[in-house]
Amino acid sequence: MATVTSAKTAAKPGVGPGWPKPPGNNGSNGNGRGKWFGGRRPFSKDTYRITVWILLAAIVMMFVALASSYIVLSGNPEWQPVRMPRAFMFSTGLILISSVTMAAARHQLQQGPSRKYQGWLLATLLLGLAFLGCQYAGWKQLVNAGVFVSGNPHSSFYYLFTGAHGVHLLGGLTALAYLAVRSGRVLVGEANEKRSAATDAVTLYWHFMDGLWVSLFLLLWLWK
Amino acid sequence: MADGVHEEVHRHPAPTGFIRKYIFSIDHKVIGIQYILLALTAVVVGLVMSVLMRMNLSWPGTNWPIMGTLFPTGAPGGVMSPEFYLSLVTMHGTIMVFFVLTTAPQGGFGNYFLPIQIGADDMAFPFLNMMSFWVTFVGFVVLLLAIFAEGNVTVGTWVSKLGESFAAGSGTVGPIGGWTGYAPLSALGKIAGPGQGAGVNLWIISIAIFCVGSLLGALNFITTLLNMRTRGMTLMRMPLTCWAWFTTAILALLSFPVLLGGGILLLLDRVAGTSFFIPGGLYVSGSLVPLHNGGSPLLWQHLFWFFGHPEVYIAILPGMGATSHILSTFARKPIFGYRAMVFAIFAIGMLGFFVWGHHMFMSGMSPYSAVAFSILTLSIGVPSAIKTFNWLGTLWGAKIRFTTPMLFAIGFVSLFVAGGITGLVLGQTSLDFFFHDTYFVTAHFHLVMGVASIFGMFAATYFWFPKMFGRLMSESLGKFHFWVTFIGVYAIFVPFHAMGMVGMPRRYAQFGEYEFLKNTHGLVLFVTVAAIITAVVQLVFYFNFFWSMFKGKKAGDNPWEATTLEWTIPSPPPHDNFAGIVPVVYRGPYEFAVPGAPQDYVMQTQPGEAAVGSH
Repeated sequence: MATVTSAKTAAKPGVGPGWPKPPGNNGSNGNGRGKWFGGRRPFSKDTYRITVWILLAAIVMMFVALASSYIVLSGNPEWQPVRMPRAFMFSTGLILISSVTMAAARHQLQQGPSRKYQGWLLATLLLGLAFLGCQYAGWKQLVNAGVFVSGNPHSSFYYLFTGAHGVHLLGGLTALAYLAVRSGRVLVGEANEKRSAATDAVTLYWHFMDGLWVSLFLLLWLWK
Repeated sequence: MADGVHEEVHRHPAPTGFIRKYIFSIDHKVIGIQYILLALTAVVVGLVMSVLMRMNLSWPGTNWPIMGTLFPTGAPGGVMSPEFYLSLVTMHGTIMVFFVLTTAPQGGFGNYFLPIQIGADDMAFPFLNMMSFWVTFVGFVVLLLAIFAEGNVTVGTWVSKLGESFAAGSGTVGPIGGWTGYAPLSALGKIAGPGQGAGVNLWIISIAIFCVGSLLGALNFITTLLNMRTRGMTLMRMPLTCWAWFTTAILALLSFPVLLGGGILLLLDRVAGTSFFIPGGLYVSGSLVPLHNGGSPLLWQHLFWFFGHPEVYIAILPGMGATSHILSTFARKPIFGYRAMVFAIFAIGMLGFFVWGHHMFMSGMSPYSAVAFSILTLSIGVPSAIKTFNWLGTLWGAKIRFTTPMLFAIGFVSLFVAGGITGLVLGQTSLDFFFHDTYFVTAHFHLVMGVASIFGMFAATYFWFPKMFGRLMSESLGKFHFWVTFIGVYAIFVPFHAMGMVGMPRRYAQFGEYEFLKNTHGLVLFVTVAAIITAVVQLVFYFNFFWSMFKGKKAGDNPWEATTLEWTIPSPPPHDNFAGIVPVVYRGPYEFAVPGAPQDYVMQTQPGEAAVGSH
């Protein structure tokens, strides 16, 4: 805690009327966080980053709970493994590529907003939709193979993992669509900073969704 | 960022319409009060249920005409049926744990005071904050629906239209699986017996909704605390209440997703025909359960208690924070060992994730795992003792101001010790084999997580009421409320220990048939009388609460001569807390009795060198 303390302890001058003014008050505001106007504090780009990391912690806990259940039940003598449908291999490829395009979009935005940024965002969005389509095709293949939600846990886990991951991916797609709609605008000042922070946050979330699917895929495919 | 630019301060105007101001408000203070009112409503339902349970235990088979009218199937002819009793047990536990002990301390007081105490104008995401309350509210409505789906024919018929697994109207007052909802019975649906149909589905859905609401809240709390502290408000200058809310939010963030995951699995078992918790070849009520195989009932216990144990700390940590804060304020002394308190609160929170197995000693787990869980459980005694001795150290030699909040804070310490000490008994495998599922366990968790947490919240209510509503609550009514409640809860729960020692099992609707429990009848009756008196006295609290809101003595900005930021602003605070001005913090939160200072307390906003401080 010593570092946190030393960084902020040095009492900076206060602002505004009604507060005791320390000696040497010049009204300035060292870290840009001390003063807010219009009832709103200035945007801090840490907000999105911190929030996404916290959100990811919660999502990790839920999938760890589900994956632990999977591993526990796979040790049950009644466990009946199911073959991996081919569509899920395609979808895995699609989401891996979408991570690359998302990284490219973020890289382009760092050079300044451009049509390339817009293009990479749209590519990611389409790949995400294609991924969901592929997951649906996977469900069809499962049904055709006589594997349903009900029945032995391994069959149920196919639907559960793809479904739960898909719901979380939809959140990411919504955020991507929002970014894509605004991607053509030229923004300045705080709005621009916000967009860049939001793109960073969505990129982080998207990579996580990618890694999460790959882990679930490997679990379903290899641990049976 | 725009250094030295002196614009005119445009304050964000407060909303004026009734709906935006009081219903769908994004102001953390209004949301906090909404959470408190939700808890005040839910606790009445839970309390009435506990009195009904006591009545059934003491006077089994008695005809209560009013019960017959209200619940024609659950209490036919006014006599409560055993299923009715079990559903009371279930709903009492669920309502109290989720909608009282989780909403009031964290959602209520945390929402209201965390932003103010760290000098922020609101939560990081005000809209999300509003959503988290309303999602929680929907969860409560669904839970009430679970009661009526089973107990009321009209609602039951309506709910039955949702699908085959929602068959309802078994005549109990809701699900009967206990608040822990143990599989496989909870996973099977109506074949498991009365009260296991639609009511349990709705119960699971309600808890899943509650999980989502709590997660949104936790996200907001953590981001706000990390990112929106005002200038000078270092982590080690935060009031201990903020540390408690922060730790609680981390616990909620990491434990509710596990319950949500488990809840989804359980619901799928019931409505989609999966077998996560249902093994093959299971016989229930003499017939084989068809179409299910491959599941594990014990898995549910692991998922549930991985959430369930952190949950008890979610209930009590905010109470610990409030107690620390209030003890220091009215002892007029700095809190003893601020840093130790911070580390202890964090240690309790983190250890809470590694002890869930102590709820499952009887499940047939390996004795080696049981020993590991036992040692980890007992090690929580260390940070708990640190906190207790630091509270005593704070009181030692102090000129104590015995206000109502102070009495409740001292009551908290007493109850925490009295309830916590039996945790050391139950945490040992050999002793737990005897005490498991007896009234001894009921005594332990009611004292430590139920009543102690509630005392923390009573203390917080009496303490912060003047800030929230600008008026003080009546001290004489408050003291009367304290003494009767304090003696009352001990009169209820101390005998529970004795009942547990003679082997009285939990959750049984009546004991008349058991020869070995014949001698306990007098004790059972005594507890019931104590419970009824204690419950009725809570009316005094409700009267005091609502009467003082309008007729109480005007409070002023800082009626308790406290030091933290909420006492630097008007009561009640303006819409954006600090009226567009940023507070600057120069010192720790508990600078009482500073030598050489003009008063016996120094506000956190007071500049200048502190003679005594946390640095």
